[in-house]
Amino acid sequence: MTTDFISPAFISGILSATLRMSTPIMLATLGEIITERGGVLNLGIEGIMLFGAASGFLTTLATGNLWLGVFVAALCGIALAMLMSFLAVTLGLSQHVSGLGITIFASGLAMFIYRKAVGSPMIPPTVKPFTPLSIPYLSHIPFVGDIFFKQYLLTYITWALIPIVSIFLFRTRIGLRVRTVGQNPFAADTVGVNVNLTRAFCLAIGGAFFGVAGAFLTLAHQNMFLIDVVGGRGWIAIAMTIFGNWNPLSGCLGAMMFGFLDALQLRLQIVGVKLPTHLFLMIPYLMTVVALVGVSRKATVPAGLLKPYRREEKGG
Amino acid sequence: MIGLSIVKRKPLPTRFKVILPVAAIVVTILIGSIPILLAGGNLLKAYSSLLHGALGTRFNFLETLVKASPLILTGLSVSFAFRARFWNIGAEGQLFAGAIVATAVGVYGTWLPPALVLPACVVLGFLAGGIWAAIPAFLKTKLKVDDVVTTLLMNYIMIHIMGFLLYGPMQAAGSSWPRSEPIMEAAHYPTLLAHTRLHVGLVFAIVLALAIWFINTRTVLGYSAKCVGTNIQAAYFNGINTDMTILKTALISGGLAGLAGVGEVCAIHYHLLMDISPGYGYTGIVIAMLGNLHPIGVVLSAFFFSCIAIGSQTMSRMTGIPVYIEGVIEGIALMVMLVALLFMEYRIRWTRK
Amino acid sequence: MDRHPVIEMIDITKRFGDVTASSEVCFSLFPNEICALLGENGAGKTTLMNILFGYYSCDSGEIRIDGKAVRLSSPKDAIAHGISMIHQHFTLVPSQSVLENVMIGVEGGFFLDKKKAKQRLLAIEAQFGLDLDPDAMVFTLPIGQQQKLEILKALYREAKILIMDEPTAVLAPIETKELFTTLKVLVEHGRSVVFISHKLHEVMEISDRILVLRGGRNVAERRKPETTIAELASLMVGRELLERLDCTGGEAGKTVLQVDRLRVRNAKGLVALDEFSLDLKEREIIGIAGVTGNGQTELSDVLFGIARPEAGTIVIDGKPVATGSPISMIEAGMARIPEDRITTGVCMDLSVMDNLVLRDHDKRPFSSMGLIHGRKIRSYAMERVRQFQVKTDGIDVAIKSLSGGNVQKVILARELAGEPKIIIACKPTRGLDVGAMETVHQTMLRQKERGAGILLVSDDLDEVFLLSDRVIVLYEGRIMGEMSAKSLDRDRIGLWMSGVAS
Repeated sequence: MTTDFISPAFISGILSATLRMSTPIMLATLGEIITERGGVLNLGIEGIMLFGAASGFLTTLATGNLWLGVFVAALCGIALAMLMSFLAVTLGLSQHVSGLGITIFASGLAMFIYRKAVGSPMIPPTVKPFTPLSIPYLSHIPFVGDIFFKQYLLTYITWALIPIVSIFLFRTRIGLRVRTVGQNPFAADTVGVNVNLTRAFCLAIGGAFFGVAGAFLTLAHQNMFLIDVVGGRGWIAIAMTIFGNWNPLSGCLGAMMFGFLDALQLRLQIVGVKLPTHLFLMIPYLMTVVALVGVSRKATVPAGLLKPYRREEKGG
Repeated sequence: MIGLSIVKRKPLPTRFKVILPVAAIVVTILIGSIPILLAGGNLLKAYSSLLHGALGTRFNFLETLVKASPLILTGLSVSFAFRARFWNIGAEGQLFAGAIVATAVGVYGTWLPPALVLPACVVLGFLAGGIWAAIPAFLKTKLKVDDVVTTLLMNYIMIHIMGFLLYGPMQAAGSSWPRSEPIMEAAHYPTLLAHTRLHVGLVFAIVLALAIWFINTRTVLGYSAKCVGTNIQAAYFNGINTDMTILKTALISGGLAGLAGVGEVCAIHYHLLMDISPGYGYTGIVIAMLGNLHPIGVVLSAFFFSCIAIGSQTMSRMTGIPVYIEGVIEGIALMVMLVALLFMEYRIRWTRK
Repeated sequence: MDRHPVIEMIDITKRFGDVTASSEVCFSLFPNEICALLGENGAGKTTLMNILFGYYSCDSGEIRIDGKAVRLSSPKDAIAHGISMIHQHFTLVPSQSVLENVMIGVEGGFFLDKKKAKQRLLAIEAQFGLDLDPDAMVFTLPIGQQQKLEILKALYREAKILIMDEPTAVLAPIETKELFTTLKVLVEHGRSVVFISHKLHEVMEISDRILVLRGGRNVAERRKPETTIAELASLMVGRELLERLDCTGGEAGKTVLQVDRLRVRNAKGLVALDEFSLDLKEREIIGIAGVTGNGQTELSDVLFGIARPEAGTIVIDGKPVATGSPISMIEAGMARIPEDRITTGVCMDLSVMDNLVLRDHDKRPFSSMGLIHGRKIRSYAMERVRQFQVKTDGIDVAIKSLSGGNVQKVILARELAGEPKIIIACKPTRGLDVGAMETVHQTMLRQKERGAGILLVSDDLDEVFLLSDRVIVLYEGRIMGEMSAKSLDRDRIGLWMSGVAS
């Protein structure tokens, strides 16, 4: 049995599962990095992901079209993010509590619409999920091909988003504005950048990513909707944003670390290693806390994070 | 294009602090009607069945009171922490910690004199929750780790510890469900009213609310916590030991949530199960905000949400509106309350460009 | 010469809630001139210019540019009309480069074309004689250079009109001279400058025309050749400026505070203060002068107990005190007036009463055994408010509804309770109007008479000269020199502040 550990099939299985299972976390992390770079902490991720999961699933259930489900999930994510924007940016309310409100509201609403649409049948409805896409030629490479080139299209898109988000943040006009708004909103305002609009824009992009990440969970990873389908991944994304020092690549590497631990504990169970399931399930969260401790000393937080920006305040 | 801007106003007099939550509740009920209507429900039937389910009969009313007990405790837990700007999102995990320890004492504490069993459950459950909250507080003060993320992650760690215990060492003999042995009689909370589920935990919770009120207004810790929560830099400058203040706040906050867990085991279920809490820790956040972080506000707010929780089950049975409307109303209440609080200090000005 | 104003502001009125910051103010600016807006703190200069810059909107009044009425509803509009404002608090992002700070808002295409922007920036630098490395990170630049960057930002946006708000507040005398040279170059190239200041010497040196504001209203307008510093001073203040106050107090007594060879590193790990030693005696005031950023903050942070020195000792009343602990300083009998009232001095959302016991709430008589004695605190608070004549609607209102001067009075009322032996005061009159300033100064002199030793850290030379018995000048973290009040030589102090030993 111990030899099963080191067999190529086992290892390639784990690594392939890692890439697969970290997709939603990576997407959510990228979305939160953009949002926080703009100066807003969005604690609503968990709820928006659940709502994306439910709305995407229900759309596909009704229409049979997977990509339509993804699209609707993205739209719903944007809508919820706009609600967050109204509370935290336009009204300048506490970002912490606004985000928590969104999570509680969106989670409740997700379960509400699912139950209303589907009822409580004995066997929960399923959809025909996405199938992994084998890239011609590359997927035939032994070992490497199995790991990298037999993933969902959504996963490939997520990988492509890493350089895209980096380029967006560091090489485009809007990216410079986003970063300035997040570091010194006063500086941005005095050169004519609309601070609140920029923040709303960041929230919207984040919301779209969160919605799609949620849809991935019900349309690819699994093929049904369960109440705990998100399982804390939204919070992990927030942790990974800090862990990656607000950088798209390192944030996603952190997400992959989490995905690896997640995949590992699943594999070890299947292989029959007699270790308590739940202790293993705990490891990813524990490791995340440890990682955060290691990283928090050097973290360079966007200086304008958490502060609402209001102009007409005489003080200064 | 019409825009709006937020403009400072002369602060409203303090009596508005009481009016605001009431106004928020009214607005919440109005907005909450939208999903009900969209789900095809008859508003009148929906709300009347909710009211009836919560308060309509003696049985219903008692159930509402019973449910208020853990909600008061988690509400106190979160409000006490938030007052010091310790963002304790981990009340759920702290609740589980208290529940686990209370179960352990209640099942395996047979060597204790019977009169000490219940006090031991309470005290140790309080400590367990307190320690679970103190860990993220320590990480925050000494290592500058964000408390929102750590308290949250601790929830998931504790869930899995509980899963490990309930599928393993603490699992009831011969059962395949994740459930512990029942606790001994000596660990049961006394009932207040014979043949009902109304137990002393409710009185206990209200007494604790008064205690927290006392701590907030009459003790050095309460004053320091208020200062740390308002402006930690000024507090530190003026000689307040901010680290200890946050740590003590976390201990008490976690302890209160732990007591909610103790109550669920020792008064309701009499053993530990995975579903020991339907999210009381998270509801506590909404309760705390709606109560404006004030202990009395928390008690009233907890009662309101208890009505919603119990009533929505009846509503769901009678109108087909999914019981999850409870979560929707919670979320709406939180957001409405936040907006309402804004009006204490600011006015909205519509601008035309 | 027929001169039409390039900017006209007519009857501008602006209110913030109850407070009227500007009342029917008129201002005009002509081409190729430097016009000074003179007034004390709170006179409404910054507010007026913020309206011109589009950052604030005015409640009534009209703005005309080149004779045409315009609506400026945001800085974007103002910039489009060629108006740029350089605020007191810099609008720079320290973690970004010079180039990125300049480019923001006027980047050009979708993708950042850094090459083209760099070329344009270097051309502008050459034209105006400003020298900055486009790839340097802003946090590495000294303050004088950062200000030049702000000017470059404005020029990059083709500003015709430059508004500078108290630009010399953070500059050393040499840097101020450089700034004035730059401004003159700008005017030669057809620009106009509005120079907001309360520093009479500088206003007389640099401006062509001077507009005086007081209490949010116009007071006077003068052309430089027609006026004098003395006249401007009395116009600005409404009465004669105070002469140095000689108080009766007797000679300095025994040493109360001994600082020996302090060395302090700043947040970046660089040595910000070195070989700093000081003997403070009873009944004396020592003024620490110097341009902001030369070690004063590090010095005061160590003395306050919120920072630890790398080397050196502090002895109070003959007993060494532990550093890095606010409590040890408080218990040693030190009164501390921090530089930033709002961030470090008070909890703005708490009541006046709560703020009055912020320091001593956990000691007798205000509390015992962990319990607070509410009634004792209340009567104490009412007494202190009366004694210090704090203007407030009762002790239960939130302190943020008080004016800056009254907040400072509360801090003084709190810190000076218990007859402290040592008072460390950092920029105690920053942002206060003349009346409040006088109160603070009177209070400090009374404390000196009572027997306290006072260390006054301030970048306001007038204040330092007014109060101190001895003046120590800091430059780049070291003591440049010490001078007694009797032989005060303002020019020599200025040289020391610029790093010129003499």
